[in-house]
Amino acid sequence: MTGIRTEPITINLGPQHPSTHGVFRLRVTFDGEEIIDAEPVFGYLHRGTEKLAETRNYVQIVTLTDRMDYLASMSNNLAYVRTVEKLANIEVPERAQYIRVISAELQRIASHLMATGFLLNDLGALATPLVYCFRERERILDLFEMLCGARITLSYMRPGGVFQDAPEDFWPSLESLVGDLPHYLDELESLITSNEIVLARTKNVGLLTDEQAIDNSISGPNLRASGVKWDLRKADPYEIYDRVKFDVPIGAIGDTFDRYLVRILEMRESVKIIEQCLEQIAPGPIRANTPFFIRPPAGEAYSAVEGPKGELGFYMVSDGGVAPYRCKVRAPSFINITPLRDMLKGWKMGDLIIIFGSIDIVLGEVDR
Amino acid sequence: MYGTGIIKGLGITMKNLVIPSRQFNIHQYPNRKASPADLAKLEEKNTISFLFSNPIKSVKALVGLVTIEERLPQHARFRGEEFAWYDQRCTGCASCAKYCPLGIIKIVTDTSGANLQEGQSYDIETFDIDIGRCMFCGLCVEACPYDALHMGSGFEEGTYRRSELVIDVERLRKADKKPSTWFRPQLTDRGHDPIRGSQADWDEVGRHEKPTGDQQRDRWAKR
Repeated sequence: MTGIRTEPITINLGPQHPSTHGVFRLRVTFDGEEIIDAEPVFGYLHRGTEKLAETRNYVQIVTLTDRMDYLASMSNNLAYVRTVEKLANIEVPERAQYIRVISAELQRIASHLMATGFLLNDLGALATPLVYCFRERERILDLFEMLCGARITLSYMRPGGVFQDAPEDFWPSLESLVGDLPHYLDELESLITSNEIVLARTKNVGLLTDEQAIDNSISGPNLRASGVKWDLRKADPYEIYDRVKFDVPIGAIGDTFDRYLVRILEMRESVKIIEQCLEQIAPGPIRANTPFFIRPPAGEAYSAVEGPKGELGFYMVSDGGVAPYRCKVRAPSFINITPLRDMLKGWKMGDLIIIFGSIDIVLGEVDR
Repeated sequence: MYGTGIIKGLGITMKNLVIPSRQFNIHQYPNRKASPADLAKLEEKNTISFLFSNPIKSVKALVGLVTIEERLPQHARFRGEEFAWYDQRCTGCASCAKYCPLGIIKIVTDTSGANLQEGQSYDIETFDIDIGRCMFCGLCVEACPYDALHMGSGFEEGTYRRSELVIDVERLRKADKKPSTWFRPQLTDRGHDPIRGSQADWDEVGRHEKPTGDQQRDRWAKR
């Protein structure tokens, strides 16, 4: 049998592949069925958001941020408007902060639901768990439509607050949703969490140790699944997060299952935050008196929020004009795929998609 | 033990399949049983005259055999196509065109004195909105200082050519005036419903006086 020899084979996954969550290309080198190398190739969805921002004024850029992480527009809006407020020293009314936190937490639930649903979809549980996730997400998107007239590209927030107060019928709908969500999540968990197939496929698969995670500056649920208790809402409380009580769930070892479970637990914490906000919210103005064309003093500012995917930060430089001189986005999806090669090495072909899916990236944010 | 997860999962699926309160609508245009009155409304006829002119159809509808497609209700703030623009309120200041992030609004005013409306000193010759490139962010509505431009509430504007997507001034003048309440709190206060309600006239859509502190407190306390 001396005549037989093997050689590694390189396979292109993507850029048009249903499991890559967008136009993402992964060049994987296999030795038999084992992954020995993986190289992410991206840029297929590059739209030059950061450069476009230099030609827009500070309110118009809000519409650009919607299109980066299109599953979590509210969080993008929040991160952006907070940076402009820091740059231009704008005080935000309290009611606006509450509404912003409520909508950002709703968006976190919607984004985590999508992540969970598509993780299961990648596992081969075609569509059934995904439809459960979509049902709940649908109600959240309905609330967003009530709030700001759009479902995905929201553009709800403005530097200095939000553009319009929530309509009166928003509050009862939100209360009923907050009451229903824990039951929905129980149902979703009873489908997945104790399922033997899910456990066999995800437990101890795609390990990311805490050291590795910190070295790669991972943030968000992926970092917390590795056992690091780091959440910007706790570590550097912005808006009104210091007035609400919530826990930061962490995972045990940082495998794919932990990344799934941390997202489920975070959704439960988000529901708690919304409940407390609903108790605390008081009447008041919802927008600071800002001009149409905001002209911040020359300088620079960096502000980050805890988005659904991780630390979402905006770094903006102003030269005193109506448009920023430079706008840089710290996109969590982009940074979270940096350890992908280390995570994939040594695993089988069948585990590739599930490890990749558990990181939860959105290509609009990776490429910008 | 392997297999219990499958049985448990199938149990949840069956529960959702059977219990009506757990079902949710996945159709954009769900079918609804139509009464003769609905059919008459569809054909823009009086119900009684419809009963006499289409007896077979009416009997079928009464028995419940006729279904019509129903559009799902939207919320009043829905930012849609079919911009509602009021010629009487517009001064052609082009604030909307300046504030549009994509620059898709084109306004040309005519100062020669032709086609003058009452109280105006010039005519708006061109008011093109290229909704083929529009992203419906609504910033033009926010920028309008005279409440002349409003978002619409429709979304069924598919055409075969891109050029047909440019809404010109004649089309804007003739269009149904059903403004969305997006960024127009005065419309909400007046009970305007863009989906089911009637058209709003130009003198009804303007900004109201600022509410007093007591009025604001009343409104917010009611939530």
